[in-house]
Amino acid sequence: MKIQVLGSGCATCKKLYEITQKAVAELGLNENVEYITDVQKIVAMGLMQSPILAINDKPALVGFTSDIEKVKKIIQENI
Amino acid sequence: MSIFYPVKLLADWLTYNVFNIAPQTLLADAVNFFIYDTIKIFILLAVIIFCVSIVRSYLPPEKIRAILSHKSKYTGNVIASLLGIITPFCSCSAIPLFLGFIQAGVPLGTTFSFLVASPMINEVALVLLLGMFGWKIALMYIISGLIISILSGIVIGKMKVGSLVEPFVYQNTINGNVNFPSMTRKERIIYAKDYTLDILKKVWIYIIVGIGIGAWIHGYVPADFLAQYAGSDKWYAVPLAVLIGIPLYSNAAGVIPLVSALTEKGVSMGTTLAFMMSVTALSLPEFMILKKVMKIKLIFIFAGIVAIGIILTGYLFNLVLK
Repeated sequence: MKIQVLGSGCATCKKLYEITQKAVAELGLNENVEYITDVQKIVAMGLMQSPILAINDKPALVGFTSDIEKVKKIIQENI
Repeated sequence: MSIFYPVKLLADWLTYNVFNIAPQTLLADAVNFFIYDTIKIFILLAVIIFCVSIVRSYLPPEKIRAILSHKSKYTGNVIASLLGIITPFCSCSAIPLFLGFIQAGVPLGTTFSFLVASPMINEVALVLLLGMFGWKIALMYIISGLIISILSGIVIGKMKVGSLVEPFVYQNTINGNVNFPSMTRKERIIYAKDYTLDILKKVWIYIIVGIGIGAWIHGYVPADFLAQYAGSDKWYAVPLAVLIGIPLYSNAAGVIPLVSALTEKGVSMGTTLAFMMSVTALSLPEFMILKKVMKIKLIFIFAGIVAIGIILTGYLFNLVLK
């Protein structure tokens, strides 16, 4: 599974990256979360918001959330 | 009778009965003002942000882009500015928005109209204007904000500044017609509820501090105290207000209650409006981020045109609202 957080490098994006890392750890998954600041990748997905949580190259969450349970649910639904 | 009459009763009851402050004193005045305004603003914020979020769930930026890439020049500027009202703006999204618009073929001028309107006319600022100044001032703010963003976009579009955009921006083109899975009504309501709570969590402290200081000014600073420095007859008041507003973006929520109190003490309305527009539309962090996609010269042109628009608006309202 490929889990990526894409963002423009802003503080909010980084926070989502940290929350995602924590969510992955709490779910007991042995997966690496990638943090990508190449905005062109977001735009190439057809999106224009930041940050994005992408699972297997598909956007799973668009925009920021501080709700770790939501992130966990999204990861589980997309495994 | 105002729909906030029950809130007024509650504020009176808390001030005079629960806190037991003698009426007609400065302290009672300030406390009453604080309680009433805080409750009123939070009710307005919850209701209006929720409604705007519902509308927005039908119009994410990706859909807006599909609309804009098919519009001719001037119509594009008008529609971009109108759509900017319902789109929340975070400097995080400035770059993806810019790239996404340009690469899908939205003209540069139209893109700038959107970039001006989106942060300038946002729901938090509108709620605060509505709550602290009333609907007439809120409406004036919306209309002049729209005019500034439409005209700025048209002017930038006419200036042929394409060469000041970083070349990589134009190297990629994308198909702007993305199919979005449509949301169910329940999903929209959950989205709107989550978004409203998110915003409230983010701004509540600024609002309380802003209203708190505002309440203190309201109660303790003599009326017209500021008129000698910032009255409508002072030519430098408007440009100075715009300049002070530039670094204050993140605190727009706290700034508005504060300036509403300053207006009572003699700062003229045009100056206040110009200040608030500067706080929302001219943001230093956004300019820094835009450096990734355009030359500094273009950022200066962009900021300069918007600043001139805001200053002229300030002078105009100072003349008209005397």
